[in-house]
Amino acid sequence: MQVNTVKKGPVLVAKISGELDHHSIKVFKRQMDRLLKDAPEVEELQLDLGGLSFMDSSGIGAVLGWYKTMNKRRGRVTVKNMNRTVGKIFEMSGLFTVIDRVG
Amino acid sequence: MEKNWMTLEFSAVSKNESFARMAVGVFFSQLNPTLEELADVKTAISEAVTNCVVHAYQQKGGTIRIDCVLEGDHMTVTVTDTGIGIPDVEKAMQPFFTTMPGEERSGMGFTVMQSFMDGLSVTTSPNEGTVVTMEKKVASQAAPTGDEAIFREGAVG
Repeated sequence: MQVNTVKKGPVLVAKISGELDHHSIKVFKRQMDRLLKDAPEVEELQLDLGGLSFMDSSGIGAVLGWYKTMNKRRGRVTVKNMNRTVGKIFEMSGLFTVIDRVG
Repeated sequence: MEKNWMTLEFSAVSKNESFARMAVGVFFSQLNPTLEELADVKTAISEAVTNCVVHAYQQKGGTIRIDCVLEGDHMTVTVTDTGIGIPDVEKAMQPFFTTMPGEERSGMGFTVMQSFMDGLSVTTSPNEGTVVTMEKKVASQAAPTGDEAIFREGAVG
């Protein structure tokens, strides 16, 4: 599990790679929460899931947490490059009602 | 394909969530699943094992046992723990139901297992543990066995 971030103006792009489960999410969440806290000017958190080879439902809670953080500052969370299985999990949990696909 | 089985027993720690789904995935690969079917199985196993670690054993550790049986075009996988059991299975299976709302747990574990697998049943008793049984069928037919291959060749010739 690895996160590389690039800031493009008001957009924070987080390239996530590896596997996201209940075990790996703890460190990952801490890292992302800190990144968002340190960058209050960010209006869009863009999750690039191209390198994410696995995600189970543990990822849903984390993504919703970032949605809440961004929503509070009137910002948004977007996703791109997700694989089919990860897409299915987003779909069934209703995440696409608050998170847009981009790219 | 003749019947084939395997059993895994391991410590209920979160590190083993990835070990368990990998091991079951590799075993399941003998049925020549599509990449999507393989991902479905790995995801369902990850959910079941996470439930054992987080709920059955309350992160205090224990033993998780996984039994897999391959037969024909499907796998039956059983995930067994000897933890606290599930007080209300029907409730636990409802989408978004979680006993730990403060921890950003999604409550989607059983929903994911149900939609990614072809069958799911849960047996549980308080303080004795829980058995989750799942089925996965592969749509693509496995490579023909020796006899079938000969028969097919004969039919063509």
